[in-house]
Amino acid sequence: MDGRMSENTVDFTLNGQAVSVAAAPGDRLSEVLRERIGARDVKIGCNAGDCGACSVLLDGETVCSCIVTAQQAQGCEVETLSGLYRSDPLARRLAESFEDHGAAQCGICTPGMMVSAVALLRQTQTPDEDEIKEALAGVLCRCTGYRKIIDAVAQVPGRLDGDGGVGAAIRRLDGLAKVSGTEQFGDDVAPQGTLEIRVVRSPFHRAAFSFGDLDAWCAGHDGIEAVLTSADIPGRNAFGVIPAFVDQPVFAESIARFRGEAVAAVVGSPEAIRRFDETGFPIEWRELDAVLDTAGAEATGGALIHDDRAGNVMCRGHVSRGDHEAALAAADIVVEARYRSGFVEHAYIEPEAGFAQVVEDRVEIHACTQAPVMDLDSLEIILGMDRSRIRIVPTGVGGGFGSKLDLSVQPYLALAALKTGRPVRLTYSRIESMQSTTKRHPSEITLRIGARQDGRISGFAFSGAFNTGAYASWGPTVANRVPVHASGPYLIADYRADSRAIHTNCPPSGAFRGFGVPQSAIAQETLFDELAERLGMDPLEFRIVNALRDGEPTVCGQVFEQGVGIVACLDALRPAWTDARAAVAAFNATTSPGLRRGVGVAAGWYGCGNTSLPNPSTIRAGVRPDGTVVLHQGAMDIGQGANTVITQIFATALGVPARSVARLDADTDITPDAGKTSASRQTFVSGNAARLCGEALRAAILRHVNASDAATLRFEEARILVEDTGRHHEISTARLAPGLMGYVFSAEETYDPPTRPLDENGQGHPYAQFGYAAQLAVVEVDEALGTVRPIRFVAAHDVGRAINPMLVEGQVQGGIAQGLGMALMEEYIPGRTENLHDYLIPTIGDVPPIDTIIVEVPDAHGPYGAKGLGEHVLIPTAPALLNAIAHASGVRIRSVPVTPSNLRKAIEERENGR
Amino acid sequence: MVPTSTTDALEMLAETGPRIVAGCTDFFPAQKRGEVIENILDISRVAEFRGIRETDDGWRIGAATTWTEIVRAPLPDAFTGLKQAAREVGSVQIQNRGTLAGNICNASPAADGVPPLLTLDAAVEIVSARGARIVPLERFILGPRLIDLAADEIVSALLIPKVPRGAAGAFVKLGSRRHMVISIAMVAVVAAISDGRVADIRIAVGSCAPVAVRLPELEARLRGMTRDEVAAMDAAATGGLDALSPISDVRGTSEYRRSVVAELCRRAVLQSGGEW
Repeated sequence: MDGRMSENTVDFTLNGQAVSVAAAPGDRLSEVLRERIGARDVKIGCNAGDCGACSVLLDGETVCSCIVTAQQAQGCEVETLSGLYRSDPLARRLAESFEDHGAAQCGICTPGMMVSAVALLRQTQTPDEDEIKEALAGVLCRCTGYRKIIDAVAQVPGRLDGDGGVGAAIRRLDGLAKVSGTEQFGDDVAPQGTLEIRVVRSPFHRAAFSFGDLDAWCAGHDGIEAVLTSADIPGRNAFGVIPAFVDQPVFAESIARFRGEAVAAVVGSPEAIRRFDETGFPIEWRELDAVLDTAGAEATGGALIHDDRAGNVMCRGHVSRGDHEAALAAADIVVEARYRSGFVEHAYIEPEAGFAQVVEDRVEIHACTQAPVMDLDSLEIILGMDRSRIRIVPTGVGGGFGSKLDLSVQPYLALAALKTGRPVRLTYSRIESMQSTTKRHPSEITLRIGARQDGRISGFAFSGAFNTGAYASWGPTVANRVPVHASGPYLIADYRADSRAIHTNCPPSGAFRGFGVPQSAIAQETLFDELAERLGMDPLEFRIVNALRDGEPTVCGQVFEQGVGIVACLDALRPAWTDARAAVAAFNATTSPGLRRGVGVAAGWYGCGNTSLPNPSTIRAGVRPDGTVVLHQGAMDIGQGANTVITQIFATALGVPARSVARLDADTDITPDAGKTSASRQTFVSGNAARLCGEALRAAILRHVNASDAATLRFEEARILVEDTGRHHEISTARLAPGLMGYVFSAEETYDPPTRPLDENGQGHPYAQFGYAAQLAVVEVDEALGTVRPIRFVAAHDVGRAINPMLVEGQVQGGIAQGLGMALMEEYIPGRTENLHDYLIPTIGDVPPIDTIIVEVPDAHGPYGAKGLGEHVLIPTAPALLNAIAHASGVRIRSVPVTPSNLRKAIEERENGR
Repeated sequence: MVPTSTTDALEMLAETGPRIVAGCTDFFPAQKRGEVIENILDISRVAEFRGIRETDDGWRIGAATTWTEIVRAPLPDAFTGLKQAAREVGSVQIQNRGTLAGNICNASPAADGVPPLLTLDAAVEIVSARGARIVPLERFILGPRLIDLAADEIVSALLIPKVPRGAAGAFVKLGSRRHMVISIAMVAVVAAISDGRVADIRIAVGSCAPVAVRLPELEARLRGMTRDEVAAMDAAATGGLDALSPISDVRGTSEYRRSVVAELCRRAVLQSGGEW
């Protein structure tokens, strides 16, 4: 050896096996591991060392394999999750612990988390919380809120119970793949060497463009197979999620309306795509004036984003009841304030990714999604193909939170596969994902609330403008949901709420956990604290006085005779509230000035399912001749746990242990439509369909032997044993004639929640059920720096019936972490915070302990009384934090995020008496 | 190219003019899509560029020394600020790969390593076929992303002179979240306390000017102060922070940076004094 190492081959040990692999200088270790060796258990979330998903051990040290060259692994030992799981007892124990705690939700960060944890556990088998946080701080998780990961690494005993019936805390039924490195996400399914796609996007917020000679460019570039533009769309160049507002082109035509909008797609070999440099691409841009905020877009005489939407107003929402002005005039106290929030990015760790291929005369799209059947609906229109020729096969979803309801990679994949006739893949870069996919709507809200001396609300007037970006996406849903929810879970007789969704040259705002309600809750719940203060009332008692109760009308005039759980949630916080207030007072009395603690409370509610629209889910099941019960479970599990919860409900209805059920997950060829994973509807709506399906399957089997409903079922090899009050029946499933899909018994049931339309004043029955929540936050404010350190949360959530308490806690902790991010650090600014080091989400060090109080006020419509939960969680979090900050520091911040810079400014103004 | 000796490294550098890399923690994130850089010179295996060594004049920290190696090295209390900074650079993953020399060569205004190195009076050892030269760190970093390094040169080490007797270091970083954060402002201090008063002090601030800077006026004022006087001081008074020129960006306004940096200076000095 002359001191120089070979340039083109790298030799190292991967999980104990010697490997020799071609690698050019500058090749990332992550790419080489995934694409040349097939180690797809190494996940790529950012390619910049910001998220840690790609963590591997290099000679025992944790590294981000995306920012290590393959050559740097020369002669080293590389270990990844799958290898550790196979051969390291520490990792195997850790995997068990992750499963016992539900520490893997979507699972995309799990390889990075577990690899980092193994490095720590090899140093110390009993790490404390600070050591765990430090070791895992380099891996971002967007689902769990980190607390269960900390518990898992600390090997705290899990609290599992039962055989998986409703109410049992069991491990996720799909958890093993996540903790052993075998789960396949959107970027993990394409064969190595598949053609790739690069989408060409607008670098400007608004611009006109024209193409040069694309054919000549394509012909002149080795390895480039095709260039796609709007001219290549056989059907309609439009997609959207609300039929009346389908307005987003797959490829912009002559005008790009936001930075990051797609205008073309280049298809080529992996090497050609890797080297594809946009500067040589034949496109001419002419930047145009853009408007990025609602005030600018609403200003008269401004340019229209869409010609047919006057004043750039996409739509409005409105709810009114009683006479709000008269009530405000009669109120003893009226408070009014303006609020603002910015774009929030979903920041799931898995960027949008997928793979497509043409199989016979059909196109198959394998991609991460929250809504496979909606994807199919849209592609049918875009491709101009009969839907029978399109198959959507969802991959594992590495987080969604609303954004993966919309199409992203799917049309490009389908078009490229059809155009080239070859398999293709597409994975968004982190920047591309952030630029082009939907965001939480920025809001500008004015709110006026009155109250009487006895503490009762007297008049409520809400007006909100929501920046809906360049295209509709779920903007209409936000505009509709906000006026229905802006009251919070309170009895308000005289109410008016108006919302409007305004187009700008920003990325489309869409669905994000709560559809606008977290923004309106910030205004309502913090202004409630101001009212309580003015009235001299305790903030918690003020809420309890005004809380909605059974038999009282909502602001939509809907009366629930049962199931209204907000008082139970607020009551559940009382002990913690009293203790925390006392503890904070003691702290503030004794500690050196500058550090001030505070406690805040906030509540929330959220209607489960679509607003006054049909919203069915269908679940199918059957018994195979071999006696296996098979559940066709099409409700997308994006980490929240639908695979487990729906199976638990079905198994309970059928009367078998959950683990005995074989599950077929979402695939438009084999699972009926269980609707989209949004609106906190899966446990409620698909859960009900699963319950009905389980009951129907059970009834069919019982009918076969004339058994009563009291009978118990046992499924064994090729037979079903039915025991019915002393009578035994045996059904030999192998001898029955298989029917539909080869099943000897089968059932398919649909559930659609009963709702009624809203009238012109928003009066009606928008939802069959609401879920309720109340949270308490304790914070410490460093007044000199303006920093906020959350110290503790207590969260009381009425879920009706906790189908799986462990998964409930996981949702609560994860939602709080997102609410914390929205409150304290997250703001997406187009063109400026388009990566995960300028756009900050909470790390493991930012989320304090969270006590979850599960409240169960059963709902008559819910399966076994269950209510939805996913979105409810982050609604109270930000206002609880803002109220705690005000309690600690005496300043009320009405704009989020409360960055240190903003809070310090407010404190300075207070100090200067302004 | 992965040389294992300085001679080979310089020869390879002369041949093709490659990009010099070590930990690659800044190299990869700065790459644009479609940009394929294959002409790289990875100096992380050059034996002479590795390791931390005590010399007659102080310490020699090889250019390819990682942050983790700094954290684990037995070094005097004056290096505490550098060690604290090392633990704040990105994450463990970054600390395991990122190098001190890479941090200064990347020349970000927010480079975590620069303020503590300034307080250690660090100098940069540079090698080339022409020989070696040594440049004080404050003259090596000329501006954002701008350093005094010719095309035929490689940074081989950081040199730290002997530290004042009894000196202890501290580092305070302010960011919008707990880990993996680009600092809004940061302060490093090396101070020696004698008879209850500040005897010797160096203080440097990062993220508040195009390049991290020492604050000699403030240092002069701090000398002789008691703990109580430090606790009560306003660093911004009498021009103590005039060398700073903070900008407004997504992380904070310039006013905010000015307002907090005085507080951070106070805290860093108090922290460096320990039980003082």
